[in-house]
Amino acid sequence: MIEAVDVHYSYANKVEALKGVSLTVKDGEFLAIMGQNGAGKSTFVKHFNGLLKPASGKVLVDGVETTKTSVAALARNVGFVFQNPDHQLFSETVEEEIAFALKNFGFAPDVVESRVTWALELLSLTQYRKTSPFLLSGGERKRVALASVLAWDPQTLILDEPTIGQDHEQKEKLTQFIVQMQSQGKTVVIVTHDVEFVAECNPRVVLMKEGKIVAQGPGKDILTNPQILAESSIVLPQIAQVFTKLSPLGFPKNVIDIYEAEKIILKAKESKPQ
Amino acid sequence: MATIETKNLTYTYPGAAKPSIEDVSIKVEKGEFVLITGPSGCGKTTLCRCFNGLVPHFYQGELKGEITVAGEDVLKRHTYEMAKHVGLVFQNPENQLFALSVEKDVAFGLENLGVPREEIRKKVDWALNQTGIYDLRERSPHEISGGQQQRVAIAAVLAMEPEIIVLDEPTSFLDPLSAQKIFDVIYDLNKKQGITVVLVEHRLDLTAKYTNHLIVMDEGKVRFEGDPREILNSEETRLIGVGIPKATLLYQLLKKDGFSVGDKTPLSSEELADQLLEAFGTK
Repeated sequence: MIEAVDVHYSYANKVEALKGVSLTVKDGEFLAIMGQNGAGKSTFVKHFNGLLKPASGKVLVDGVETTKTSVAALARNVGFVFQNPDHQLFSETVEEEIAFALKNFGFAPDVVESRVTWALELLSLTQYRKTSPFLLSGGERKRVALASVLAWDPQTLILDEPTIGQDHEQKEKLTQFIVQMQSQGKTVVIVTHDVEFVAECNPRVVLMKEGKIVAQGPGKDILTNPQILAESSIVLPQIAQVFTKLSPLGFPKNVIDIYEAEKIILKAKESKPQ
Repeated sequence: MATIETKNLTYTYPGAAKPSIEDVSIKVEKGEFVLITGPSGCGKTTLCRCFNGLVPHFYQGELKGEITVAGEDVLKRHTYEMAKHVGLVFQNPENQLFALSVEKDVAFGLENLGVPREEIRKKVDWALNQTGIYDLRERSPHEISGGQQQRVAIAAVLAMEPEIIVLDEPTSFLDPLSAQKIFDVIYDLNKKQGITVVLVEHRLDLTAKYTNHLIVMDEGKVRFEGDPREILNSEETRLIGVGIPKATLLYQLLKKDGFSVGDKTPLSSEELADQLLEAFGTK
C-alpha cells in the first residue's frame, strides 16, 4: 500500500510542483493519474519509490516512510518505468539491460536467465535479445525499459506514460498485461494522457492540476465530464464525445466503452418508431 | 506536381541484417496533408529521415532507389541544403534542442540562413505564440518538460516556414488538448499557406480527420496508400495492427449488426455523431 499525506515538493527553481497532495493506493489497485503537462503527475509518482522525498508531508510504502529507507530497498517492491526510455537504458544489449537489475538483486543465474526470457517474450522483444537498445525504435526502447522492470516482478509497478510511441497492438498487449498483473494482486499506477487507453482499461482515475488533485473516481464518471476535463487539458474519449452530441436524443452521457455504445445505439434503433 | 517522390527506395542501416525500408515508392503532391502510420518499428521514422537526407548522409548505410524532394535529388544534396525546403521535427525533442534559451533555439535556423534581425524577431515571436510557449522564451530548453520541449522543436521548424514539414510523432509527450491545438496550427498552415505536411502518428483518434492521403507501412514496406476512409474501413488495415479511430470502429460494429449509419466511413467523433443524428431523423 502507498499512502501520501499532504505532500509538498519544490524543485530547485523554487516552482512549487506539489501543493499538498494526499492519496492512498491500495494493494491490487489499478490507478491512472491524469492531467496536463506540468500538473505535477511525474513529480508525484517519483515519491512512490523514494526518487524524490517530500519537502513536507510524508509518503509511506507498506507502512515505511520513504525518508527512512533507500531507493534501492524500495525498488525491490516498487518498479518505476520512466517516460523517456533513454533516461533508463545503458547496456550493450537488450538482454544485458533486462538482466542488470536481476543480477543486482542477487537472483541465481538460472533465475536471471528464465526471467529475462520471460520478459522478452512478454514484450515481443525476443528477436532483439542480442541487439543494442540504441538501435531500436522509440517504441521498442520503451518496451525494453518496461521489460527490465517487469523482470524482477515488483509488487507495485509505476508506468510513466507507458503508451507513448506504442502502436495499437502493443497497447492491447499492455492492457492484457495490466489485467494479468491485477489478477495476481499487483498494484499498477500509470501516469498518462492517453484517454483512449484509459477508456479501454477503466482504472480509477485521479486528475491533477497545478500540483493538486482536483478530481477522482471511476473512469466512466471522470472521463465523461467535459467541465472537469477541459480544466485539465484533457479531451473526452471519442465514444464519450459521440454520446455527448447524442444526449439531446435522450442517450446517456457517461459512456466510454465501445461495446456498451454499440448496445445502446442498437436498442435505441429498435425502439425507434419507423 | 509531386513535391516528394520516391522510387523503389530501399535502405539498410550500417551493420543491420535487413533493410529498414524496402522498395518504397510514394508520391506526395504539393499542399497535401499526409499521414504515415503502421506498427512500431515498421520503418516510418527511417523514411522520414530520407526526406531531408539524414539517411543516408548522416546515418551512412546503403540506400538504393531514387528520392526527389522539392525538386532536388536528395542523394546529391547536403542535409543543410535540404533544410531550406524540409523542416523535420523528431520523435525525441532532446535530440534536437541545444541552445541556451528557447528563443535562441527557435531563432537558430533563421540566423543560419542570414535572415535580417527584424524579420527573425517577428518570425520567432510568431512561432512561439503559435505553439503557446512565448512565456518560456528565456528558459533553458533543458529545464522544461518533455511536452514543452516538443513545442520548442515544433516552433523552431515553423519559424523557418519550410515548403514541407515532416513531423515524427511530434506531440507524444503533450496532453491531448495541447496536442490538438498544435495539430490545428499545423492544419491551418497546410490549408492557408499550402505547406505540405507529412505527419507520422499512431494516434489516429487524434489525427485521422486532418488527412487526405494515408500511408500504412508494415515491416519496411508500404502496405496501403490512398484515401483514409477507404483504408481505415478495411479489415486488413486493422489486422496489421493500425489503431483504427474508435468512431470508425463503432461505425463498423453497427454496420455488422445491420445498422448502416450513412455511406461515408467517419474518421472522427463529430462525423459519426452527425451521421447518427441523421440516422435517428433529427437532422
